[in-house]
Amino acid sequence: MDLVGKAVTLHDMSLRDGMHPKQHQISIDQMIDVAAALDAAGVPLIEVTHGDGLGGASVNYGFPAHSDEAYLNAVVKTVKNAKISALLLPGIGTVDHLRMAAACGVSTIRVATHCTEANVSRQHINLARDMGLDTVGFLMMAHMVEPEQLLAQAKLMESYGANCIYCTDSAGYMLAEDVTARISLLRQELQPETELGFHGHHNLALGVSNSLAALAAGANRIDGSAAGLGAGAGNTPLEVMAAVLDRMGAVTGVDIFKLMDAAENHVVPIMDEPVRLSRDALILGYAGAYSSFLLFAKRAEIKYGVASHEILLEMARRKTVGGQEDLIEEIAYNMAQAQAR
Amino acid sequence: MNKKMRAAIIGPGNIGTDLLMKAMRSNWIEPVWMVGIDDSPGIQRARDFGMHVTTSGVDGLVPHVLADNIQIAFDATSAYVHAENSAKLTALGVIMIDLTPAAIGPYCIPPVNLTSLLASGVKDNVNMVTCGGQATIPLVAAVSRVQPVAYAEIVATVASASVGMGTRDNIDEFTRTTASAIEKVGGAQQGKAIIIINPAEPPLLMRDTVHCLTVDTPEQAAITASFEAMIIEVQKYVPGYRMVNLPIFDGNRVTISVEVEGLGDFLPKYSGNLDIMTAAALRTAEMLAQNLQTA
Repeated sequence: MDLVGKAVTLHDMSLRDGMHPKQHQISIDQMIDVAAALDAAGVPLIEVTHGDGLGGASVNYGFPAHSDEAYLNAVVKTVKNAKISALLLPGIGTVDHLRMAAACGVSTIRVATHCTEANVSRQHINLARDMGLDTVGFLMMAHMVEPEQLLAQAKLMESYGANCIYCTDSAGYMLAEDVTARISLLRQELQPETELGFHGHHNLALGVSNSLAALAAGANRIDGSAAGLGAGAGNTPLEVMAAVLDRMGAVTGVDIFKLMDAAENHVVPIMDEPVRLSRDALILGYAGAYSSFLLFAKRAEIKYGVASHEILLEMARRKTVGGQEDLIEEIAYNMAQAQAR
Repeated sequence: MNKKMRAAIIGPGNIGTDLLMKAMRSNWIEPVWMVGIDDSPGIQRARDFGMHVTTSGVDGLVPHVLADNIQIAFDATSAYVHAENSAKLTALGVIMIDLTPAAIGPYCIPPVNLTSLLASGVKDNVNMVTCGGQATIPLVAAVSRVQPVAYAEIVATVASASVGMGTRDNIDEFTRTTASAIEKVGGAQQGKAIIIINPAEPPLLMRDTVHCLTVDTPEQAAITASFEAMIIEVQKYVPGYRMVNLPIFDGNRVTISVEVEGLGDFLPKYSGNLDIMTAAALRTAEMLAQNLQTA
């Protein structure tokens, strides 16, 4: 694999996907501290919002310590060079949230849908593009469809005005060949100026290698998270990704040692528990369930006395999509009833 | 024998056709006209069912309203054209039942506020909110009639195959309108709505979760009884509306989930989200007809 001289945009997720393992309780001071460290390391793009995106504050997904607006304002003011992105899931957030985020000074809006439902994103992508924002279409759970189907959905997002399309491995399920097949087809068929990105989860310990496969197949943006702070076994660890890319001669503009400092000295200390490849996380990746289900399953395990990994297996069996957290309690209850009989 | 109220249906798509099939069984409503804009399969179906049809939109219906004694019109088109449809027909004394998200008239969730809407004298237009609203707001109201609700949130999970382009093209309208009706009709101080679309095959039944945060500690027995009574009310027009497991009480949080299986008239059974809209619209028309008959 030759990535010598290839320009790669690294996008940090620790303050958005990292909100999942933090149960959305990262403090403003912690956000500022982590963002400043990432900025000092030259990370060009940092995502900030509730783990489930703008407007994610809810009983269903968890109420955050602060509003999206408070987080965004704090981080936008902190960074000197980095740009800030916000995630938006139509059906959870609306164009009102998008306008708020733009007013806070984000440069990038990432509009996320399940990999078969891109046509709910038209109004949000249209607006973000009209506002002159870097506009990303983010196709989640992309392992659940064939590359051709993913392409059809990507073309819709591109037609609405997305200038970058992501293949998002929300479950951390993909093998390198799955990534290669999807990104290669997108690269062949989308407009040459449309950028491509890959968002990995480390549930099968393939975050870095899958991201490399994506780059080799034509992607140029890679999501990762300092110290891996993210849902499931975490995202692709960004400092590891940066170090590997450095060894391979790719150009990220990131100071890998400062990024290691950011991960070690600023992100690891705020973890509630180590983000690791636990049995639950492995099941997410093995069976293909949405990574942010993990903590919900663990809480249901405590409340109902049923094994969290069994709950996650059932969520995968039922072909659930991102956002169906409300089903976890029902499944746990039913499993407990079945056990009692 | 009741004298049935004569009705027109605007929009011969899936919703309009399903509504037509339900209305043809009604003891109170007689569907007479189907209004479309081209000779679509829906118009052909309506013709086969013996309806008068026009393909000239509402303008094609207007000349017949008085002669055919059309008293009710269901609008199953889109928010964009509803205002114009409503203006043309209400001028002739027709009462509009709006299945679009236009929401010109007051929100109507039959088991919650239809009686009070009738008592206050529905003028000429009522709005059926959204599918998620019809499925969940009765449950929010079931809590708020027991004790004050500070916040109510609904999560509607629907099969991809049951979500039409109108909803997809303006999904924000679903979240906004539903949230607003959770407050105005459901009685929560603050409302939030979430919609999740799942493409699994075979398609899943509509599933809704309602989370309420009560101001004071929830009165579990009273709330559970209120849920049960409310579900029976909804089952009068949507027999496949049923509670999944028991309500969950956790601190000040009350959570209940329901499944909505449709009747399978024209729409498939899994699309309970569409069925509950057509059934609620017909239920509204029937109660209006009964009310006028006994007035």
